[in-house]
Amino acid sequence: MFVSDTMLKINDLCAKVEDKEILRQLNLEVKPGEIHAIMGPNGAGKSTLGNVLSGRPGYEATAGHIEFKGQNLLEMDPEIRAREGLFLAFQYPVEIPGVSNMELLKASVDARRAHAGLEEYSAIDFMKMAREACKAVNLDQSFLKRGVNEGFSGGEKKRNEIMQMMLLEPSLCILDETDSGLDIDALQVVANGVNAMRSADRSFIVVTHYQRLLDYIVPDYVHVLANGRIVKSGDKSLALELEAKGYSWLENEAV
Amino acid sequence: MSEQVESLIRKEYSAGFHTNIESETLPPGLNEDVIRFISAKKNEPQWMLDWRLKAFKIWQGMEEPQWAHVKYPKIDFQSISYFSAPKSLADRPKSLDEVDPDLIETYNKLGIPLHEQEMLAGVAVDAVFDSVSVVTTFRGKLEEAGVIFCPISEAVHKYPELIKKYMGSVVPQRDNYYAALNSAVFSDGSFVYIPKGVRCPMELSTYFRINEMNTGQFERTLIIAEEGSHVSYLEGCTAPQRDENQLHAAVVELVAMDNAEIKYSTVQNWYPGDEQGKGGIYNFVTKRGICHTRAKISWTQVETGSAVTWKYPSCILKGDYSIGEFYSVALTNNYQQADTGTKMIHLGKHTKSTIISKGISAGKSQNAYRGLVRMGPTAEGARNYTQCDSLLIGDRCGAHTFPYIESAHPSAVVEHEATTSKVSDDQLFLCQQRGLDAEKAVSMIVNGFCREVFKQLPMEFAVEAGKLLEVSLEGSVG
Repeated sequence: MFVSDTMLKINDLCAKVEDKEILRQLNLEVKPGEIHAIMGPNGAGKSTLGNVLSGRPGYEATAGHIEFKGQNLLEMDPEIRAREGLFLAFQYPVEIPGVSNMELLKASVDARRAHAGLEEYSAIDFMKMAREACKAVNLDQSFLKRGVNEGFSGGEKKRNEIMQMMLLEPSLCILDETDSGLDIDALQVVANGVNAMRSADRSFIVVTHYQRLLDYIVPDYVHVLANGRIVKSGDKSLALELEAKGYSWLENEAV
Repeated sequence: MSEQVESLIRKEYSAGFHTNIESETLPPGLNEDVIRFISAKKNEPQWMLDWRLKAFKIWQGMEEPQWAHVKYPKIDFQSISYFSAPKSLADRPKSLDEVDPDLIETYNKLGIPLHEQEMLAGVAVDAVFDSVSVVTTFRGKLEEAGVIFCPISEAVHKYPELIKKYMGSVVPQRDNYYAALNSAVFSDGSFVYIPKGVRCPMELSTYFRINEMNTGQFERTLIIAEEGSHVSYLEGCTAPQRDENQLHAAVVELVAMDNAEIKYSTVQNWYPGDEQGKGGIYNFVTKRGICHTRAKISWTQVETGSAVTWKYPSCILKGDYSIGEFYSVALTNNYQQADTGTKMIHLGKHTKSTIISKGISAGKSQNAYRGLVRMGPTAEGARNYTQCDSLLIGDRCGAHTFPYIESAHPSAVVEHEATTSKVSDDQLFLCQQRGLDAEKAVSMIVNGFCREVFKQLPMEFAVEAGKLLEVSLEGSVG
């Protein structure tokens, strides 16, 4: 079992996308059970952080070190990171026509369990769990049979991400602007899903533009990311301050 | 596409091995004497020999077709050997116990345990090893139902009237260059006869293998479904690895009498050549069925093998209210080339045809759909629906669609839809982020793309087809 007292430790991380340097000596430490909100202006590198952490091709860490549950994250393939419990809820979940949601979910959970040396769930047990998860995010069960994100509305896609997160039971959940494009009801559903999953051995990094989401998912820490590094950290009151003052007063500090 | 896709597309052909069984092989070359030799080897009656010789004359006067979207070096038909048979032919084994253990070993490597198949799957297997059928199972059970399922060489002796009446009735000797060649030198194949009103009690399945170096293989299959009968037939093949290109020119003829139904499914996995495109099978196949009144013929094919594929399983919808269907998955990788599709010839009134074609191109391969829908002047109220989807993996492959539509009746309706898409890096990454490795992800995405066709396959083979795609795509994704 995982006993380290650190979930994620990022030291002086630099990263580039297509030769453009986006992250510049970013530092962040997340302990088990914590929720960290990352806020910041457009182009600050918020999504890049999630992509680097999850190992998306094209996002290259050029310097620094990332420790995930005591292991060197940057040396792990994307699927291994996922099996180890790192989950990214996508900002723009892509469609995979013809592959049913259920098929992807079962394969994902099987892969994660096999990696942990656990037995696969039986198809019947898994079906029950998947139905429960659907209910929790207010998606009709028919979504399990539909192609992955195929023809889903924006809100349905985001709720589908949360459903996957529930079934995969990750250790570290990264939500990349999951609130963007959501109406207030869907936002509530997403927040309820996250809150239900809060536990002492699970951490969250919530990337968002808006303070609104943080009314529902109350963070332990709020960080402002500007020009590729964290320029200010505080508790949830920082989010309210940002709401009132904007980002410009902080951006100057980053340069 | 990314390097990842690249590395995935590369994978060794897992069915690549060669069994060392002594064969009686004819030296390369083709002339009348060769045809007489083949005919004599099979102890054929004079009429069969005459039929072959007639086809040979026709073939000599024909030219190799050049219209397909494929390129390959000119075939020297005189450098090919036209007959090869396992040596123990004279005393044919009566049960699996009498079969050459080496042969059984080969089947086991391919994952075709005959014993298990007999007991578990309830499938009758007519296994063709090189040119001669070696093992035929379940014959007794079929005989009870009155179904005939035997090597065509045997049918020539036992059911000469049926052979004389139907062989060449759907694909005439002069139909095309390769059909003519096949008619002259056909080695063996299957013969199926379903009597009036009988529903064949089991799936009929044949596994084909090519195993002799440099030996052309010319199968000939004839299926006759009498009035109101029903049969489902599966043809599947894998071939051992080799260096030289091999010619394969089969002919399949289906006859569906009034109210009969024939479902013909193919899983084709001939050796496709290596990563550089060296070696591999040339597959020039003529498959055609004729539907009488209210009859139905359904072709389902999963094509993953061969260096060059030239194949158009077709339906002649002669009878009123008859139905033709074509469901196809054609996957090409590395330097493979496929030009495949169908012909739906509507002659009868209110005839209906459906074409669903899924082409997947990876590596540097070229994949073409070529289809003809012809509404004849008598095809009142006929309908066709065609859907052609292409999926590209990587950016060095090609997908092409050549639809031919001819309508001579104002009331006929022809619909054609086509799409082209790519396996995107985003789709791959989504799967990886959920814990799947890239290879599994690609095979899942491709399988999803093919779902509509796979669900047409008999249940027990749908899984096999999925696995085959997985193996064929190994080393292909980006």
